[in-house]
Amino acid sequence: MSTKELVARTGNEAMAEAMRQINPDVVAAYPITPATEIVQLFSSFVADGLVDTEFVTVESEHSAMSACVGASAAGARVMTGTSSQGLILMAEILYIAAGVRCPIILAEVNRALSSPINIHCDHSDTMSVRDSGWIQIFSENSQEAYDNMIQAVRIGEHMDVRLPVMVTTDGFIISHGLEAISMLEDKEVQDFIGPYKAAYSLLDVGKPITVGALDFTDFYFEHRRQTAQAMENGKKVILEVGREFGEKFGRSYGFFEGYKLEDAEIALVMLGSTAGTARVAVDKLREAGVKCGLLKLRVFRPFPAVELAEALKHLKAIAVMDRSDSLSTAGGPLFTEVRSALYDLPSRPAMVNYIYGLGGRDITVADLEGIYQELQRISGGGQIQKTLQYLGVRE
Amino acid sequence: MTKTWKELPEGGLITESGNAHQYETGDWRNLRPVHDQEKCINCLFCWIYCPDSAIIIKDGKVVGVDYAHCKGCGICARECPEKVKAIKMVDESECE
Ligand code: SF4
Ligand code: SF4
Repeated sequence: MSTKELVARTGNEAMAEAMRQINPDVVAAYPITPATEIVQLFSSFVADGLVDTEFVTVESEHSAMSACVGASAAGARVMTGTSSQGLILMAEILYIAAGVRCPIILAEVNRALSSPINIHCDHSDTMSVRDSGWIQIFSENSQEAYDNMIQAVRIGEHMDVRLPVMVTTDGFIISHGLEAISMLEDKEVQDFIGPYKAAYSLLDVGKPITVGALDFTDFYFEHRRQTAQAMENGKKVILEVGREFGEKFGRSYGFFEGYKLEDAEIALVMLGSTAGTARVAVDKLREAGVKCGLLKLRVFRPFPAVELAEALKHLKAIAVMDRSDSLSTAGGPLFTEVRSALYDLPSRPAMVNYIYGLGGRDITVADLEGIYQELQRISGGGQIQKTLQYLGVRE
Repeated sequence: MTKTWKELPEGGLITESGNAHQYETGDWRNLRPVHDQEKCINCLFCWIYCPDSAIIIKDGKVVGVDYAHCKGCGICARECPEKVKAIKMVDESECE
């Protein structure tokens, strides 16, 4: 285990530093708030000769991801960064990257989607591409963003997986928040990720191949089935890599992290930076004797349904916190999937959903304490008045 | 049998060159080019223009059409010289 001095880094700086240490062959990127800094810092590493990367400036995110796919298909280790409108402009090519099995790594800073235009945090962008075939890893803070970037390389490039990976932070809250993090030595990162061995290369003239060919009714389904299997395989690899990272560097990772969850009767389930706020609420209420806990989901794709059900089955009441709205009127994306994961339990916890923090609306310890109080009421036999509620919106 | 998802190359990759030959596209055809050996002057325009390499050549002469791949576009019939017109497009329903 390495004992490192702490350094002050924002989430964007932490992700850029991870990219420097990974030293990818190609980075193709287009700037967008609040992710601009990641590739801006990285471009200065390129200019200063700190990395060997071919940095491709492009005219849009659609082109950025297209260049990434081309470079990856050629056999390169490829990374990029984006946010919000940039991510959804990439959407068409995100699906293609997964379909042609390019293990591209994307540093994604969660930001609301237009309209209205807004530059602040929510998870709408990442959620909008949740079915694109990308592995999606959320981070609570700069340290996790840094650690997740390094692990993402090993996860995506694993021969049983070969899928692209997006590592997310929360816009401004993490991306621009200065925090103390512990960084690895450059060599430790290189030793951990190892050299990249492409599964195929378009540039191998001795073995000509076609990438991105047409499939009709007789083959398309088979290829989609393969991608589903790669996601399934990803579950095992994510756990292996998270464990190995812990053994080597002292910080282990799984699909999710529980906080005071084992003996809890009520809990919140959430993604990203709000978990830090929720810990404070849990500690305060625990002092007052409330048996409350927290489950912070790290990996949203693949979705660890079985493992979640196991971790949540003992609870009496759960509130799932969605920082995006599916607008289905039946709950946010995290809620519908978590609730579905718990359906097969012999006795299910009561469940409610809160949509919160859209467009960067602040969420406080008091807000979360209020939800725990509502869960106490429900777990005590009180009726659920509304399954879906909007937290912090002016009524 | 056609390969299962476990047997196919991953990512929809085509891992050998020239294997379009194995994929039969002839059943897309509505109109069938019928070649008349008697009229043909073997200028090979049809062979040059066919987008599916479906004109079969032997010793520099047209000997027939590869109906397993010909999609029936009619380009061969169109390009066959005006004075010759050795290829006729016939409705598939009229062919046996
Ligand atoms: S009809 Fe079209 S595909 Fe068929 S032989 Fe003529 S040119 Fe080729
Ligand atoms: S274009 Fe007509 S004349 Fe020329 S080779 Fe073809 S069939 Fe014969």
